[in-house]
Amino acid sequence: MRRRWGRAVIPVIGIAVLVYLFIPIAVVVAFSFNNPGSRYNLTWNQFSLQAWENICGVPGVCASFVTSIEIGIISTLIATILGTLIAFALVRYRFRGRGSTNLLIFLPMTTPEVVMGASLLALFLNLRFPLGAGTVAIAHIMFIISFVVVSVKARLQGMDPRLEEAARDLYADPRATFRYVTFPLVLPGIVGAALLGFSLSFDDFIISYFNAGTLVTFPIYIWGAAQRGIPVQVNALASVVFFIALAVVLISQGVNYRKRKALQR
Amino acid sequence: MVAVVPTTGNAAPAATAQRRARTAYFLMGPGLLWLAVFFAIPFVTLFLTSLQVPVPGKPGQYMPGFALGNYPSALAEYWPQLVRSFVFSGIATVLALVLAYPLAYFIAFRGGRWKPLLLVLVIAPSFASFLLRTYAWKTILADEGPVTSTLNALHLLPEGRILNTSIAVIAGLTYNFLPFMLLPLFAAIDKIDPRLVEAAGDLYASPITAFRKVTWPLSLPGVVAGTLLTFIPASGDYINAQLLGSPNDRMIGNVIQANFIQFRNYPTASALSFALMAIILLLVFGYIRRAGTEDLV
Amino acid sequence: MARRDVEDLHLRGLTKQFGDVVAVDHLDLTIPAGSFFALLGASGCGKTTTLRMIAGLEDPSGGTIHIGPRDVTSLRAFERPVNTVFQSYALFPHLDIFENIAFGLRRRKVKDVTAPVEAMLELVELAPLARRKPSQLSGGQQQRVALARALINEPDVLLLDEPLGALDLKLRRQMQIELKRIQHDVGTTFVHVTHDQEEAMTMADTVAVMNDGRIEQLGHPADIYETPKTVFVANFLGQANLILGAKAGESANFISVSAQGHTFDIPRMRSATSGDSIIVGVRPEKITVVDDVAGAHVPDHVVRVRGKVTDVSYAGVSTQYVVRASWGQELICFEQNIKVGDRCSVGDDVILHWAPEHTFGLDGSQGLHAGTSHGAAHVNEVNLDLSREG
Repeated sequence: MRRRWGRAVIPVIGIAVLVYLFIPIAVVVAFSFNNPGSRYNLTWNQFSLQAWENICGVPGVCASFVTSIEIGIISTLIATILGTLIAFALVRYRFRGRGSTNLLIFLPMTTPEVVMGASLLALFLNLRFPLGAGTVAIAHIMFIISFVVVSVKARLQGMDPRLEEAARDLYADPRATFRYVTFPLVLPGIVGAALLGFSLSFDDFIISYFNAGTLVTFPIYIWGAAQRGIPVQVNALASVVFFIALAVVLISQGVNYRKRKALQR
Repeated sequence: MVAVVPTTGNAAPAATAQRRARTAYFLMGPGLLWLAVFFAIPFVTLFLTSLQVPVPGKPGQYMPGFALGNYPSALAEYWPQLVRSFVFSGIATVLALVLAYPLAYFIAFRGGRWKPLLLVLVIAPSFASFLLRTYAWKTILADEGPVTSTLNALHLLPEGRILNTSIAVIAGLTYNFLPFMLLPLFAAIDKIDPRLVEAAGDLYASPITAFRKVTWPLSLPGVVAGTLLTFIPASGDYINAQLLGSPNDRMIGNVIQANFIQFRNYPTASALSFALMAIILLLVFGYIRRAGTEDLV
Repeated sequence: MARRDVEDLHLRGLTKQFGDVVAVDHLDLTIPAGSFFALLGASGCGKTTTLRMIAGLEDPSGGTIHIGPRDVTSLRAFERPVNTVFQSYALFPHLDIFENIAFGLRRRKVKDVTAPVEAMLELVELAPLARRKPSQLSGGQQQRVALARALINEPDVLLLDEPLGALDLKLRRQMQIELKRIQHDVGTTFVHVTHDQEEAMTMADTVAVMNDGRIEQLGHPADIYETPKTVFVANFLGQANLILGAKAGESANFISVSAQGHTFDIPRMRSATSGDSIIVGVRPEKITVVDDVAGAHVPDHVVRVRGKVTDVSYAGVSTQYVVRASWGQELICFEQNIKVGDRCSVGDDVILHWAPEHTFGLDGSQGLHAGTSHGAAHVNEVNLDLSREG
């Protein structure tokens, strides 16, 4: 009897923490349906679809949203390419200076954003480089590369090296081996890294804020609005992003799940 | 007998190795260059900026100098915020560990076929803007809200409220960085062979002893990685302090941001940033030396 | 498929060094065209490295590889008319069975792959599964796909790297027969690497026993089993009773060896040495175990070894006796269970005898334990990996 209670402790605490993680999301989504009595969307007033019907109604909201998407796409594209190349070099080749390379890739992931943002700003100021979309994109690419390297590297290392040997054994020269065996197998890792990179870029605040100049990204808009009162439209837009991202991940999980069910037949 | 003719001797392997190394440099070049220029070099400029001196006669403008004295003066003025940052993020890290461990354990050992779904649920909240989620805590922890009222009735709140106190800031930090703690922790715990725990039980260990002697030590690499990935960004955070705290709760991040953006006191701001980074590096190396390294990349 | 004209495979002075470790040591080997050749040895003996060098997946440190008159040593793997069936099958997980099998043909720019692939699917009896992915197949089915994928390219040499290791016993027996049949029908030279001596002997026309990067002995399975030339081969292939002795005399057809108080006559053709230190060897199944009464009827020229039974293992088909000989050494004997009842028991005093033609002789300087599990440095690591699945 005591053992059964003991065993229940872990799931109970575990689920409780999971719920804890979701409470603020629930609030964000719920309050997108709120018609606040005042400027501040902090207390529940009455149910309303107004924000959803008029999602771009507040000036600047949609513009900042679009800006974030544009920067996200460009940064992700470039960072994914650069990062994938590095991952291949790290896994498939032997060279000297491996330790310092790993360090250079590892450090951005462990440096506080405020330090990275500040140091980049110091660089741009000293070079008298104009702040704006360019500097934000540069910054984003910089910190996304590390995450891409880690993701793709993991995928590459998980790949059975015998597969490439089998390809060579079956008359595939190095280019054909890459095209027909290596690349298709590592592609899911690259796509996953790109999605991760995009979400990091889209949601980035601190580094962007330091280096944006007058440019307004979606998080910068929210920050600015936080003092004056965040428009309900922001909640709606954020909910859209959340549900789309959740759908993408769940669908890919669903596909994997169905593949795995097929194995058991 | 046929004479032995070595066609591929030892010369060939060395040449191919060289060729391969060159391809590697070529592949890595652009990305590493980007990191070198936009990550490594900025630290140099940060340091140089921290040594700048005011231009005489032109307040608000600075020129290159060698004012090492900027450091003591900046730290003297802002050391409370610096210390507060480490205290807050330290507490938040411990809380995150306490909360994340059971969840990570649950998913790893009891997840079964729900594991992938549970992992999705863990990272899903990160898909929504973290600024908004932090802002949402203002609603949840509002003075008239259910949480605050309940805790007040139990006389657990020293200041009678949660918002605009350090409690809210630490709670926010804990919440925001929980996934950073959880994922490495899960990765390490998931690697533990459950049969080891069974073997411990077979050898007369109670569940608690089995945890202490088998599970916890084996999960340590994840604990180390998780605490690093939580503590470091939390130390530099200022969003939680700004949205959820009072002016007494300002962290070093707030100060750096203010000095850069509002006051435009670049030398002070840079000195503080550099000092923050240096201290973090020291703490990290010390921690890793004690706890042992694991391949973190 | 019609039988093809293939050529002999020649390995001359083939060497592979990894730093200080010599994995393959100046191998000289000719593998006859169209034969089923087994490379047999324990883990780490260099057999897989040799195979990989033939495939082109490993560069030799020295030596040459010829197919017939053609030197293929410097050809890279994708340029050689050699294909491999990998131990882990290495099927491409993102391609279905059809495309896996067609892979080699497509890379060689063959125009119409449908006909050959379908023919191959028929050969390995997997036609209905053509569009499934490898992960949806059982181990035995995956193995057949790996075989089909290699064979379809009609290579001059087909290399098999312990292909049956992952299969259960029944399936393995089945596949052994299948492989022999296919090899006979197709006529390609098969080079089969394995650590399982029973598998090598049942399947191959010729067996080479490898140890420490060298070939210890090469020949037909029956020849090397009945007449081992080294202690390693004697112990590695089945079991052997080895008794150390010294040469006591010789004649035209026999060498006499004095060992442990007995004089054994070894047919000269069956002794690997005529030096002074000779090991007398006999296989367990050649020994007859009798009691004193029956022992009196053994002809005089046959050596009688006295001993006491220390262990009896009944295995249905046969019974294994361990007998402690009069000089303390434990000898192993197998008897087919023909005699109903009347088995020896532990503690019985018995007499062991065998026909002199079954005795073989080995060089005494090799010691008695090479090739046994405590003599070998490497234990088969495959089964010790407790990887958890699921």
